[in-house]
Amino acid sequence: MSDRLAVAKTYKLYLGGKFPRSESGRTYQVRDSRGTFLANAAQASRKDVRDAVVAARKAFGGWSGATAYNRGQVLYRVAELLEGRREQFIAEVAASEGGQAKRAQAVVDAAIDRWVWYAGWTDKIATVLGAANPVAGPYFSFSVPEPTGVVGICAPQSSSLLGLVSVLAPVIASGNTAVLLTSQDRPLPAITLSEVLATSDVPGGVVNILTGRTAELAPWLAAHADVNALDLTGAPKDTIADLEEAAAGTVKRVLAVRGNEPDWTKQPDVSRLRRFLETKTVWHPMGV
Amino acid sequence: MAVDTTTGSSTGLPPELHDATRDETSLRRFLHGLPGVDQVGVEQRAAGLATRSIKKASKLWAIDTAISMVDLTTLEGADTAGKVKSLCAKAKRPDPERPDVPQVAAVCVYPDMVATAAEALRGTGINIASVATAFPSGRSSLRIKIADTEFAIEQGATEVDMVIDRGAFLSGRYGQVFDEIRTIKQACGDTHLKVILETGELATYDNVRRASWLALLAGGDFIKTSTGKVSPAATLPVTHVMLQAVHDWHAQTGQLRGVKPAGGIRATKDAIRYLVAVHEVAGEQWLTPDLFRFGASSLLNDLLMQRRTQLDGHYSGPDYVTVD
Repeated sequence: MSDRLAVAKTYKLYLGGKFPRSESGRTYQVRDSRGTFLANAAQASRKDVRDAVVAARKAFGGWSGATAYNRGQVLYRVAELLEGRREQFIAEVAASEGGQAKRAQAVVDAAIDRWVWYAGWTDKIATVLGAANPVAGPYFSFSVPEPTGVVGICAPQSSSLLGLVSVLAPVIASGNTAVLLTSQDRPLPAITLSEVLATSDVPGGVVNILTGRTAELAPWLAAHADVNALDLTGAPKDTIADLEEAAAGTVKRVLAVRGNEPDWTKQPDVSRLRRFLETKTVWHPMGV
Repeated sequence: MAVDTTTGSSTGLPPELHDATRDETSLRRFLHGLPGVDQVGVEQRAAGLATRSIKKASKLWAIDTAISMVDLTTLEGADTAGKVKSLCAKAKRPDPERPDVPQVAAVCVYPDMVATAAEALRGTGINIASVATAFPSGRSSLRIKIADTEFAIEQGATEVDMVIDRGAFLSGRYGQVFDEIRTIKQACGDTHLKVILETGELATYDNVRRASWLALLAGGDFIKTSTGKVSPAATLPVTHVMLQAVHDWHAQTGQLRGVKPAGGIRATKDAIRYLVAVHEVAGEQWLTPDLFRFGASSLLNDLLMQRRTQLDGHYSGPDYVTVD
């Protein structure tokens, strides 16, 4: 054992493809399940939320306009990078969530598999959720799913990686862009995911990751007029009603999870994909 | 340079300034005798003032003031009558859902679009500014520049934005630039004249100061930073130097002249920094659309969104104001 001093890390936010400090200059200490210091994380402010939404809106055109095939490739590449950082994720999940190393390993593997699973969905969504509608007229009518827009996500508070992937991947797979508030006390896996995303082919601004106090930031995200949908999975239970009310001001799509955090190890279905899609129906006159 | 035979009293200038305009040599002596600009100092002061925090009621006041100072501009080859009309509609009612939002100061277009704008803005009190004198390069004969100006005024322009001949200025032919501005000012008559210095091409702050004084001596009502077609366009330090010039001009002559930064100002935050500079460098009486303008197109969108943010208590988005 050397008496080398460990380098205490101070992480930053992930915003528009860059890693800025919080506009407020604040940081907070991240501790493991036993209360030992792990690292400093940036404590985002409402202005960081604003900047993140601007970045997400800017990225929306390019990401939603990319072909589904291309999005799938990009997301699959992210899974490759996750695999490369497997050891780091295992260590961080173990430190954040406690429990045995074996459990952390299983969680990380499940998270990578989950990412691949959603990456595969990108070019299948339209086939499964779209339709050629039978209509009583000389029209060809078809419905296609389109991404909702900028989605604000409160990531699950306890499942720091598997839960995170399970809420983020379905949002961006269909072409939305995301502003994600990490788990307040367990942000490290999310921060590492942001490093993965920054070195992957995901364009800057498609995913924006903010660390900080969820209860402080969520109301600004919920009320922001340029956010189109809201995933309240990790929002504090007693604030959900208020957040829904704030979101109603600009008629956002809201996914509120009441009760306990879902069991993320269960194989998901397409419901989270479907939640952040709009259906466009086109009537086209049939030729003579 | 044409010898000015008028006396000092008739131009209303104090003798030392009047002497400066007597001939090319005295003009050069005057301009080169101006104190040099401390580059580090002016940049530091601009950066220092930019850190000032403007919040709540002051911010709302600043936003409304900035809106009333906007010269809403479209200067594209692809401009159509339709685009100009919709711009005019926005100038009249920047935020149709909030009738208390002030009107902008002016709409700025190319000369051939002036008639369209004049028709759309009749009776509103909004000025119609037209660029002229072979905008943006200024590379044409004086005859054509005069004709360009006369055409704009004939079409109904109430303000003319002229460009100076940067080639002549940079090669030291100050007399030629001076005469040109003065000739255009005569062609303008009572019409407001803004002189575009195109500071992005003038290379040094000393040149900016000289060009500012040259334009003021020649009778420009406003000095304007840039055409918006050259990068860098308006910057805070350059605007500082120009504000100092109008401030000093006022101190020496008692006349009030205006400043218009144009190009590159897109965010409310930037606009407020300019207002702070106006207040601190020129003085409080310059905080009016008569003496300070923003040449901008997209700035107004951000001002409107920020205004809503201030009043509604949450961030607004481009879905709720017209964005162009």
